[in-house]
Amino acid sequence: MTLFVEAWQFIVAHPERFLSALWTHIALSASALAIAVAIAVPAGVALASSRRAAQFAIAAANVGRTVPSLAVLALVMPILGTGFAPSLFALTLLALPPILINTYTAIRQVEPDVVDAARGMGMTRREIVRKVELPLAAPVIFAGIRIAAVQVISGAVLAAYIGGGGLGDFITAGIAMMALPQLIVGAVPATLLALGADRLFGALQRALTPAGLRT
Amino acid sequence: MTWFLRNWDQVAIALWQHIVISVTSLAIAFAISLVVGIWAARHDRVMHWALGVSGVLYTIPTLAFLALLIPLVGLGRSNAIICMVAFSLMILVRNVAVGIREVPPEVVDAARGMGMSSGEILRRIELPLALPVIVAGLRIATVTVISVAVVAAYVNAGGLGTLIFSGISSDHAPKIWAGALTACALAIIADWALAQLERGVRRRAE
Amino acid sequence: MIEITGLTKRFPGASHPAIDHLTLSVPEGEVCVLIGPSGCGKTTTMRIVNRMIEPDSGTVTVNGSDVMAVDPATLRRHIGYVIQQIGLFPHWTIAENVATVPKLLGWDAGRIAARVDELLALVGMDPATYRDRFPRELSGGQKQRVGVARALAADPPVMLMDEPFGAIDPITRARLQDEFLRILHGLRKTIVFVTHDIDEAIRMGDRIAIMKDGALVQYDTPEAILSAPANAFVEAFVGADRALKRLALIPVGDAADASRALPAGTPSITASASLRDALSQMLAQGVDALAIDGGAPGAVTLAGIRARTRTTPSDEEARSL
Repeated sequence: MTLFVEAWQFIVAHPERFLSALWTHIALSASALAIAVAIAVPAGVALASSRRAAQFAIAAANVGRTVPSLAVLALVMPILGTGFAPSLFALTLLALPPILINTYTAIRQVEPDVVDAARGMGMTRREIVRKVELPLAAPVIFAGIRIAAVQVISGAVLAAYIGGGGLGDFITAGIAMMALPQLIVGAVPATLLALGADRLFGALQRALTPAGLRT
Repeated sequence: MTWFLRNWDQVAIALWQHIVISVTSLAIAFAISLVVGIWAARHDRVMHWALGVSGVLYTIPTLAFLALLIPLVGLGRSNAIICMVAFSLMILVRNVAVGIREVPPEVVDAARGMGMSSGEILRRIELPLALPVIVAGLRIATVTVISVAVVAAYVNAGGLGTLIFSGISSDHAPKIWAGALTACALAIIADWALAQLERGVRRRAE
Repeated sequence: MIEITGLTKRFPGASHPAIDHLTLSVPEGEVCVLIGPSGCGKTTTMRIVNRMIEPDSGTVTVNGSDVMAVDPATLRRHIGYVIQQIGLFPHWTIAENVATVPKLLGWDAGRIAARVDELLALVGMDPATYRDRFPRELSGGQKQRVGVARALAADPPVMLMDEPFGAIDPITRARLQDEFLRILHGLRKTIVFVTHDIDEAIRMGDRIAIMKDGALVQYDTPEAILSAPANAFVEAFVGADRALKRLALIPVGDAADASRALPAGTPSITASASLRDALSQMLAQGVDALAIDGGAPGAVTLAGIRARTRTTPSDEEARSL
């Protein structure tokens, strides 16, 4: 379709604009995901051993999973303003729930007899987490990270509304000016990023499934 | 807060629009998913293909999807509804198909042995027993659809997003609060209500 | 080797203690079987020895050291631990599973590899075949063999076994019991073995501790418990066929009557069989004597069996009063 050709011409005509938006998009997404993993995985592990703290945290995470992404981004704006940092904050918040819930569930689903055997054989708590629980929980944890990755990339498109930059800028500009090629310049790369991340984390998930657990 | 009280009619209209497009999309998606899901439950290849396609659709960023539809259907409600239907298909088709597949085979076998036709088995045995899983999928689809509808305001579909966008562009915080918090509340309440339904249905099926 | 003194444990919310002032001593090199009905405290007692549960009062010492005075992880690395559900690590190969404690203790790789092979052979599994397999590829009996090998890996002086053969089918279970006794034969280990199966207890134990409601009811050799149960509970627990159970413990060679001459054509029984097998065969074949095949010369007779099993009249009279 001619639309795609026009979109391509637009990119060729404005390479720095495109690459800058693309880079911001990737930077926002990757950072938010990395921070969320760094917070939510240890938190999920810690919560798995404490029923009471977990009830509250998991309920909060479930609410977090339910609320619309744009609502979260919008609510951040009156408090933190616009720009990269507030967008990063909002996106990190969006990424936390799936990773936290999956980590918590995965650790709790490790067979109690396996943990009992490990403890009875003399592993310390840290050794049990490192050598037994995390490897066995890895597939489900990575499934959560995969979900979070796609959500973050999708959210980063919306970050255009609060000045976060990224590929969403082209979409909003395209709608405002009714310039269809610009819509494509924003929408298609964003879609490819999301699909690519889904593939990538899917492959990582499979690669990280311990050989003993693959069916 | 005072803005909210003085302009609650604006919020109410937006909320109503939001609910209308959400329910419309869910109804359409559910109808499609029942057909495709039942078909997929019986045939592995259909299952594989249907899940593949709807999985890809689900992964597309919301705003990107809406944008890609503009050259095809322009702006407005139909744009939003197509997007929302597409997003809900994956979870609904999967849950209908999986729900039916998880009905214990010996139960179906007993029904067939007693002389029920395929249609009767589907209607009176398989779908009722698959209901908990289907409702679980409906719950996730509802939350997804409400979330998309917030963004869809930007393509002139109406809904609570209009308050948010208006608030952002005029830097009017109370509007943002009103739109965003109402959308959150709607999502949380809908999720809770469907969770109760799921629990009730699950208890009956067991 | 293991000294339990005045041990008491009550779980929160329970109406009575799980263990009630238990005192028990397990000499080095013996197999002590803890047995009793559900809830008698046998598993709890065992799990206090390696501090998986901590007592309310009383002491447990292993080889002179109080278990509460040692770091738990260190304590457990020197005690073998085998549980009913086995708990093999599904994401590790068989070799890695067996190597768990040696690795925790910092053995070098060469020593670990040799030890893994040695133990797999010991439990009857060809190392070359099984070393790199995963637990999900193994049957229940094979998994428990690996579980035993894993517990023996660091050559601990003490082993704790909680119904290790409980999840295995009865046929395989009998074989595993025999194999384990064979393995134990060459080693000098102190073992606490929990079971609810009296036949297993009689087979495996040097001494049996019968427990009820957290207290010790009788602690003695299988022979002594079978011939002189301490009270009605023990009598009911060991079963009405305890006389037959006692016979199962005695090989025919012990009751051979060398002076008895047998007519030609008398059926025979192998020397390694038990008196119970002999009785069973005599009843089936309608004879009252059997020749012994191999081992000591002579015959085993019905009269001889009767003489071995009769409890003294005073015991019987006392009980019927």
